[in-house]
Amino acid sequence: MAAEEASRSSPRSRREPKGRASRQDKYSVLLPTYNERENLPFIVWLLVKSFSESGFNYEIIIIDDGSPDGTRDIAEQLEKIYGSDRILLRPREKKLGLGTAYIHGMKHATGNYIIIMDADLSHHPKFIPEFIRKQKEGNFDIVSGTRYRGNGGVYGWDLKRKIISRVANFITQILLRPGASDLTGSFRLYRKEVLQKLIGKCISKGYVFQMEMIVRARQLNYTIGEVPISFVDRVYGESKLGGNEIVSFLKGLLTLFATT
Amino acid sequence: MTKLAQWLWGLALLGSAWAALTLGALGLELPLSCREVLWPLPAYLLVSAGCYALGTVGYRVATFHDCEDAARELQSQIQEARADLTRRGLRF
Repeated sequence: MAAEEASRSSPRSRREPKGRASRQDKYSVLLPTYNERENLPFIVWLLVKSFSESGFNYEIIIIDDGSPDGTRDIAEQLEKIYGSDRILLRPREKKLGLGTAYIHGMKHATGNYIIIMDADLSHHPKFIPEFIRKQKEGNFDIVSGTRYRGNGGVYGWDLKRKIISRVANFITQILLRPGASDLTGSFRLYRKEVLQKLIGKCISKGYVFQMEMIVRARQLNYTIGEVPISFVDRVYGESKLGGNEIVSFLKGLLTLFATT
Repeated sequence: MTKLAQWLWGLALLGSAWAALTLGALGLELPLSCREVLWPLPAYLLVSAGCYALGTVGYRVATFHDCEDAARELQSQIQEARADLTRRGLRF
């Protein structure tokens, strides 16, 4: 059956998609950007490469929040290069929250699966085919990339950052028992309707928003699969993890602890 | 039930069981050796939990995987992408 599909399909997809994704499956990648002029060309190039090589159907939705550094210009050039069926520009006037960026992006998404990730090259698109395979394998509602299991890991963190990360994760696991090893990660695959439902229920911001999504997902009995990923942090040197962020993380964690 | 509620219930249950046994409220006369262990049990458990936490976090920090290959691969792919995109007409 696979051979017939391959011969009937367009010359572009010479290989059958692994994981037996059906012909109707389409993956919409949401890329909220703010001042990502430097990284945007590369993340898009890597996404296109990854999807072309694996044969899955996709679109990339770039949600730029009025970046002053010319991100929008680069996005428009990329749209010309790759086509407006693959690159969708859906910008906003000013910097608003991540949750609303996802909502905005999903309004225009024609895929039945949504992939969220960072646009700063810390998440590598090569893991997306693995997410898709994992999702098919277990028929999961959500697949989450984890830095803490298997051969997942991080590049560019010093000892202090690693300690903070592990301590935070440990406390989170003890308090919330979430059934996922990496709660603050933002490299995930969702069924579209699952993401829509969850965003409607979440109220936190920042790191805690990503945590709340997983916690709410468990409450609603959605299934979560995990794929180890490598996280290449090229920004950490410039943006230290400040006391403010730690405090707001703890406040958010305790709120989730007390309310879910 | 929220996680907080679960914890409070769990602590209340264990706490009252411990109090009942150590204060002899249930009218049970446990042998002295049992009571000697039971009395400081919460303190023991707290210290053990602390050691477990320290050990676990320490182990996880020590074995935190450093993805050198990923960083190198990314760098070389960026070069490749730059060349390809320039060819396709992108003005950086």
